[in-house]
Amino acid sequence: MTTDPGKRDGLSVLDRPNSYIGKTVPRPNLDRLMQGRGLYVSDIELPRMAHVVFLRSPHAHAKIISIESSTAKRMPGVVAVVTGPELAAIITPWVGVLSHLKGLKSAPQSAIATDRVCWQGEAVAAVVANSRAAAEDAAEHILVSYEELDAVTDMSTALDPATPVIHASLGDNLAFERNHDAGTVDQAFANSDEVVEAEFIFGRHTGVTLEPRSVVADWNPAEARLTIYQGTQAPHMVQNIAALHLGLKESQVRVVCKDVGGSFGIKVHIYADEMATYALSKLLRRPVKFVADRVESFNTDIHARDHRCKGKIGVNRDGTITAFEIDDLTGIGPYSMYPRTSAIEANQVVNLVGGPYVTKNYRARARVVFQNKNVMCQYRAVGHPIACSVTEGLVDLAAMKIGMDPVEIRRRNLIADDAYPCASPSGLRFEQLSHHAALAKLINMMDYDALRAKQAVLRAKNIHCGIGIASFIEVTNPSAAFYGVGGAKISSQDGVTVRLDAQGSVICQTSITEQGQGSESLTAQIVGSVLGVSMDRVRVILGDTDNTPYGGGTWASRGAGIGGEAALQATKVLRKNILDVAATILQSTPGELDIVGNSIVNTSDGAPRIELNELARIVYFRPDTLPPGIQPELMATRHFVPREYPFAFTNGVQASWLEVDTDTGFVKLLKHWVVEDCGTIINPQLVDEQIRGGVVQGLGAALFEKCVYDERGQLTNANMADYLVPMSGEMPDIDIGHVVSPTLETELGAKGAGEAGTAGAAAAVANAVNDALQPFGATITEIPLTPQIILTALGRI
Amino acid sequence: MTAPISISLEVNGERVDTYVLPRTNLADFVREHLKLTGTHVGCEHGVCGACTVRVNGDIVRACLMLAVQANNASVETIEGLSDSGEIADLQAAFRDRNALQCGFCTPGMLMAAQDLLKQSAEPDREKIREHLSGNYCRCTGYQAIVDAVASTARARVGRAS
Ligand code: FES
Ligand code: FES
Repeated sequence: MTTDPGKRDGLSVLDRPNSYIGKTVPRPNLDRLMQGRGLYVSDIELPRMAHVVFLRSPHAHAKIISIESSTAKRMPGVVAVVTGPELAAIITPWVGVLSHLKGLKSAPQSAIATDRVCWQGEAVAAVVANSRAAAEDAAEHILVSYEELDAVTDMSTALDPATPVIHASLGDNLAFERNHDAGTVDQAFANSDEVVEAEFIFGRHTGVTLEPRSVVADWNPAEARLTIYQGTQAPHMVQNIAALHLGLKESQVRVVCKDVGGSFGIKVHIYADEMATYALSKLLRRPVKFVADRVESFNTDIHARDHRCKGKIGVNRDGTITAFEIDDLTGIGPYSMYPRTSAIEANQVVNLVGGPYVTKNYRARARVVFQNKNVMCQYRAVGHPIACSVTEGLVDLAAMKIGMDPVEIRRRNLIADDAYPCASPSGLRFEQLSHHAALAKLINMMDYDALRAKQAVLRAKNIHCGIGIASFIEVTNPSAAFYGVGGAKISSQDGVTVRLDAQGSVICQTSITEQGQGSESLTAQIVGSVLGVSMDRVRVILGDTDNTPYGGGTWASRGAGIGGEAALQATKVLRKNILDVAATILQSTPGELDIVGNSIVNTSDGAPRIELNELARIVYFRPDTLPPGIQPELMATRHFVPREYPFAFTNGVQASWLEVDTDTGFVKLLKHWVVEDCGTIINPQLVDEQIRGGVVQGLGAALFEKCVYDERGQLTNANMADYLVPMSGEMPDIDIGHVVSPTLETELGAKGAGEAGTAGAAAAVANAVNDALQPFGATITEIPLTPQIILTALGRI
Repeated sequence: MTAPISISLEVNGERVDTYVLPRTNLADFVREHLKLTGTHVGCEHGVCGACTVRVNGDIVRACLMLAVQANNASVETIEGLSDSGEIADLQAAFRDRNALQCGFCTPGMLMAAQDLLKQSAEPDREKIREHLSGNYCRCTGYQAIVDAVASTARARVGRAS
């Protein structure tokens, strides 16, 4: 299935002898985590460290009339009680907008609310004490008097003239609107044999990283320097933002990111309570630690996906899809998040709907509205699950309408594998995708026809199983087009430095970060392969703005594609420099030498000439023995950013096989398949496990996960007993296959794989449930597919 | 807030005599008093399993137990199980199968898996999934963990026979 990129003459740097590329090798440093010897932020303790607890608003929308904290301030162990206006003297407010999202507006947000709270959970005061327990005790003695205001909670009425405007200065509750019209949509619908419409509803859910958000901020007034220990995906972004709002230079801020207990986009934003913690450290001149508890996580970690999307598809009897149209509405809470904004998800939905298919007729409207609920922003696979569920849901409805098999209608409409490069109806450019090869592989893996036969047999026994298919595209390797062009100081380039140490081992510093994806491993695999050294000789350093090159970090499926390419290019330079000095030492030429298995060898016969540790010894300790004028550079740095394509699109297809209990409404997931094309695969096991983890997050959204708010804006299930997450007992085994279409924009050829699983899983499940329910004439276009929703659709309750 | 209470217990084979506030839970006790930070806290309300430790041989959720309740007990944490070598094979299987990503669930997951393997020689996949159902993992999707536990079970049975 491997497509030869065809641009490389002979052996590429990736297929050198003993290459680790394409091989499953265990990730370095797992023992640390397995033995309980990791260092997560919650484990960090510093001298004089104090703990902050935030007192949070119980109301969704209210004026703060007064805060009485004199009792709390006298409680044992309390260092300070700080309110919004006091902290405003240390840290400036921010507005989460970007200029390329035209018309996007938001209101200034403060680290701690100053005069008004806009969602249940917004902080109104910080209590700093010598232990978290002491701070919690004191927080109970702070009296806040509020004047409750009307809460805007229902996004579908947020724009009605009768609905109060949350931020008067903005004029209305509309944060952002995007319209897109391509081709001849009205004409296409008018000429279609059939037109099908549906409204798709997506529950608001959240990331539930097992380690809650945590930060230790350490302002050292003697050095005039702030060190921030934070589990973040983007250390340099945090450095920039913290410096900007604290009135510091970036050089005065160091961000250190050790082990991170899950991120998935939750930890790529800047939260008000984190800003407050930085400011408190500066105010109090000592380290301050904030660790969110689980209730706080539910109330303040970004939520995602709250969408209602009307969709329409035109189809002819021969299966040709003639047009797509969507009208998407999403509610993002009271503020657009900072600095990435909360308009990106809706924008992605517009970009991605219809993306796998040939038709050029596409009209879309997306509106993003403010509400008095927790903030919403980018979570794993931003916008993809919405776009995929709407598109694939519509395609299945169209197939049902004309009586065509769901696989067949896709075969007839997916963009042909030889049609690239081409563009989507929303104007996205595709370099090379493989929808048909992926679908063919999937059908084969799942034995589609046999499964259909089995389904029929079971149906006769009153057992209702369903098969659901969902093709998808995924945005990976984002260039500056994602954030940079809109004015955000979020780097789209990454850098890697590699150097040979004095014993012939390699130290590699990279600006991408690790939250368990395997960034460290893939970097070591690339460096080891390109240089010709074994992986145990490569040590990777990441997550420290003082000690890595400048770069974006790990998000939007960019680590392997962008950071990996920087590692490859830096290592090529180091390799050349090593061979140059080796040639000098050995009185040979660089062309006659190679590095294999930690030694310089002859290219001709592979005979070892000199071990790297010996070469390093000479360079570092006996440079006097080298000829005059030779100054070896055993350290090299390269940066990389994609320039040709704004995004490297990947594609894939998923299938779900499940059983619906039509008496109880429960869904049992029996099996799940994914075929995915992320270009060059550096480590198959890491890619597969990224996909599996992503799928399960999508399955959670499909069946269980929902933040349930009442009409007053109260989150009613802010704990792990009431907010259901997927546990091992309910999850199926997931089979994974690959098609490989490397991107030609890099020598590495890797695209991202972090979000593919999440992108299509819910769509596959929803289609499978509808497939199972076909005999009942019931169609559901809402997730999560709870028993209540299913039984309602069946008319049983 | 009442006064600290004296407790004495064994933690990973070492005797500990100390004072704790009655409200201190066992998870905070091992993390904050004993600095055994391998026991993680994910929810503090008994659902996620990240805080799983062994008390007198049985696994418990350390966030649901008070430290004073562990008076006279023998407590084992991930550090103890690692240093004794008791789960070295299970850890190796987790490494080979990449059964951890961020690793935050892993200490609790290893505790729960070892508990199952001690009770049942060769559990099938369904049984493994069921036994681990009180341990939340957001990263892996569970399959790799199930695979690692199953292969450890097979290897242990093979060694025993
Ligand atoms: S922290 Fe104890 S079960 Fe979650
Ligand atoms: S590996 Fe991250 S929660 Fe399990």
